[in-house]
Amino acid sequence: MKLALGPLLYFWSREDVLAFYRQACDWPVDVVYLGETVCSKRRVVRLEDWLTIAEELTAAGKEVVLSTLALIEAESELLTLHRIIDNGRFAVEANDMGAVRLAANQVPFVAGPHLNAYNCETLGLFRDLGAQRWVMPVELSRDTLAAIQACRPAGLQTEVFAFGRMPLAFSARCFTARHYNLPKDDCQLRCGDFADGLVLNSQEGAQFLVMNGIQTQSAATCNLIGAVPELQELDVEVLRLSPQSRHMDKIVSAFRAVIDGTLTPQQGIDAVQGLTRGEPCNGYWYGSAGLAWLEQGEVREARAQSGG
Amino acid sequence: MAKKVELVCPAGSLPALRAAVDNGADAVYMGFRDGTNARNFPGLNFDERAAREGIRYARERGRKVLLALNTYPQPQGWHIWTGAVDKAAELGVDALILADVGLMRYAAKTHPELRLHLSVQGSATSYEAINLYREQFNIQRVVLPRVLSMAQVRRVMEHTDAEIEVFAFGSLCVMVEGRCYLSSYATGESPNTCGACSPAKAVEWRETDRGREVRLGGVLIDLYKPGEAAGYPVLCKGRYEVNGAVSYAIEEPTSLSVLDILPELVRMGISAIKVEGRQRSPAYVAQVTRVLREALDAAERSPDTFTPRSDWVAALDKVAEGSTHTLGALDRAWQ
Repeated sequence: MKLALGPLLYFWSREDVLAFYRQACDWPVDVVYLGETVCSKRRVVRLEDWLTIAEELTAAGKEVVLSTLALIEAESELLTLHRIIDNGRFAVEANDMGAVRLAANQVPFVAGPHLNAYNCETLGLFRDLGAQRWVMPVELSRDTLAAIQACRPAGLQTEVFAFGRMPLAFSARCFTARHYNLPKDDCQLRCGDFADGLVLNSQEGAQFLVMNGIQTQSAATCNLIGAVPELQELDVEVLRLSPQSRHMDKIVSAFRAVIDGTLTPQQGIDAVQGLTRGEPCNGYWYGSAGLAWLEQGEVREARAQSGG
Repeated sequence: MAKKVELVCPAGSLPALRAAVDNGADAVYMGFRDGTNARNFPGLNFDERAAREGIRYARERGRKVLLALNTYPQPQGWHIWTGAVDKAAELGVDALILADVGLMRYAAKTHPELRLHLSVQGSATSYEAINLYREQFNIQRVVLPRVLSMAQVRRVMEHTDAEIEVFAFGSLCVMVEGRCYLSSYATGESPNTCGACSPAKAVEWRETDRGREVRLGGVLIDLYKPGEAAGYPVLCKGRYEVNGAVSYAIEEPTSLSVLDILPELVRMGISAIKVEGRQRSPAYVAQVTRVLREALDAAERSPDTFTPRSDWVAALDKVAEGSTHTLGALDRAWQ
């Protein structure tokens, strides 16, 4: 089972981005997704820079995939999309159906998590158009994945979002700019002030969501490290770990250790405890509300009851 | 002279369908009574008998009936959705409104004569995306997500020959439709999986010393002072605390209304405008349909001198969420 570093969802400084991927060269990840998937106004790291980082990661033995924007509205965004598809060297993660159209039969692509693949007939189309892998939408459960794995098209790999604050929604509106009473056209890139997003709390102080520009994320951090044996049983080829600002090295290592069997799932949970930006959650995987966290004992009990 | 713009109105029940037809809808859209459509609420929608009756009623008056099958089937329930496609073909609806690529594949293969529309839940925001659906499944019409500015809508139309439908009035989704999991994050059920945003069974109202609490899946999403009006609770229109300040951090309760820009939409060559609200009452459907029929006729008759009549605006605001309206993303300033 491979580990992938998902695309960086936040707006970090150029220096922080370069430093992050320099370190990632030495981490036990197999695949690295690069590029801006949230907002086209974030331009301190340009496509040329991403391609330079891609070469360094390739030299370090990583498989590199260039990710595309999830919500495409402007013509300029389509032009960037064309440039990514036409890069001539790296595979592409298509995060919108427009990207699928441009990548189809042109470049090997990964059907990204924002494409709404909920069944095998959908995966059949993606495979026919040249997809090599698909990423399960975050809201789907283990039971659905089991059903999909049983009918997935031959030759299509499966990737599951296993760690990080989950992207839950995209809007035309920038919520970070709105928080500062700034118009989107003069947002002053305030999302850059929040390395892991801006937390939105309920009125009784519970962390609920995270505003990351036009993207809304879960405040809780998805953590499926305890489910690694189940993911292995289901023949999932790749686990996606979504970058957060700190401790990514330790988190990657913990996942690697559980995959390799040098840590038990519970030891993995303990190792990651306290390193996540939000409270941990794994509810979607077990068919519950996404924000829920099921302890290993509860999971075993539920599994025994469902006969799984 | 541009072709006439179709007025597409919601039918959550047979009485609502009749209200829409009687008040001037060119087409109505409805769903079956299950999770195959994005308004899967208790007591709503059509069984086979009601669907037949509705289609008959509309047809006798020269109107069209569209059927929304716009949720995303998972393998476990796949046959329910394909069964719904087959049933719709047998009923002879004028078009299917689909969101899921797999289901489009099935429909195009199994019922090639069936006219297909891409639901707003299909989340196609660019002409490249639209053209993929068109090439693969011969999609005839696309309902645009409520994320594009007017200039962007125009741009899309210049680069596709698919018919374009936009939302004209009703509840405003702030997030790009079809790719919003806020509801399932709190409740386990989303529009994509279950056809419900903020399902009623997950809503909890409680009177407390602080005011009237509303929770969704246990999460406190708003707190109303005595006398404050409360609408149906959805996550994106709750009040939250960010950096110490409590506000509608995502969006205020408000409705979309394109009344102010109807002539522009007519001139652009929009094929249809849609009213949201299959979950609303027949009286609501009648009221909104009547106003939009009059307004659309006026905008088509004399686009250059069109101004929204004050009684139209008042009638729509009366039934709007928060009693107020916005152009949403069509107006760049909203973004």
